[in-house]
Amino acid sequence: MMRALVGLLAGLLMATAVWAAIETYQFDSPDQEARFRQLGLELRCPKCQNQAIGDSDAPISKDLRAEVHRLLLEGATDQEIKAFMVARYGRYVLYRPPLDRQTVYLWVGPGLFLALGIGLVAYRIRLSKRALMQETPS
Amino acid sequence: MRRMLLWLPLAIFGILAVFFFRGLSLDPNAQPSALIGRTLPAFQLMELHTGAMLTEADLPSGPYLLNVWASWCITCQVEHPYLTELSKTLPVVGLNYKDQRTAAQNWLAKLGDPYVLHLFDDSGQLGLDLGVAGAPETFVVDASGVIRARIQGEVNVRAFEREIAPVLAAGGSR
Repeated sequence: MMRALVGLLAGLLMATAVWAAIETYQFDSPDQEARFRQLGLELRCPKCQNQAIGDSDAPISKDLRAEVHRLLLEGATDQEIKAFMVARYGRYVLYRPPLDRQTVYLWVGPGLFLALGIGLVAYRIRLSKRALMQETPS
Repeated sequence: MRRMLLWLPLAIFGILAVFFFRGLSLDPNAQPSALIGRTLPAFQLMELHTGAMLTEADLPSGPYLLNVWASWCITCQVEHPYLTELSKTLPVVGLNYKDQRTAAQNWLAKLGDPYVLHLFDDSGQLGLDLGVAGAPETFVVDASGVIRARIQGEVNVRAFEREIAPVLAAGGSR
């Protein structure tokens, strides 16, 4: 009984992964297929808040996947495919936006905050160390 | 120095408040169109009723609206009366997007036809070239054929005042 229940739950968990793979695309090479999957992860669905076209069910994502597939078979490079998408849907479609003046905070921000945090912690440690030294009579 | 630090939480709160307040009025779904400032992409599409080939040369002289619609699109029905009203003074080109021909024809017959030109884009190819994510979307094209604004979702009075009226005022008029 328990085993059947666990089996059922496991099956249900896997079900989500299955509907994403209903479409079948033909590729010239395994390398091309790998690039298709990678692009599917890096291009963002224009209709969804936060989903890549590779794992989105939106009709527009389906269209964009088909377009990526078409461009791949035509021999376009990854760069060309991304440029094609950006020309139509803007930089919103890139999950990894290029580094430029508009996106510099996006790229540098986390590091900056990390450095700030480490600096603050180091400062506190030095302060408390000094206080400790003064308290302990030598 | 110590006393100054006491103000830090308030300062942080102040900064956060500004960001959160701004966030209240931001639409996270709104995206600037990549085609603003460019002319309409070239296309070859059938006319919805006759099946005759249409290209960008058949578009009216601007300013005009290009409305992306479909019979399966609920919001298109919502904006339809307002669009019909607008079409009395401003030409509206209809781009029937990923639809079935008879369903689209029935829709127009039932609700009325505000369009000066009917493009039938069943594969969504022009939609893709325009960066359309879904229907309805409306592009505002100025007198020189350049896309000036894009409205995602319903065209209404507010969208008109914010996106369409400025284009008409700024030399968009004939």
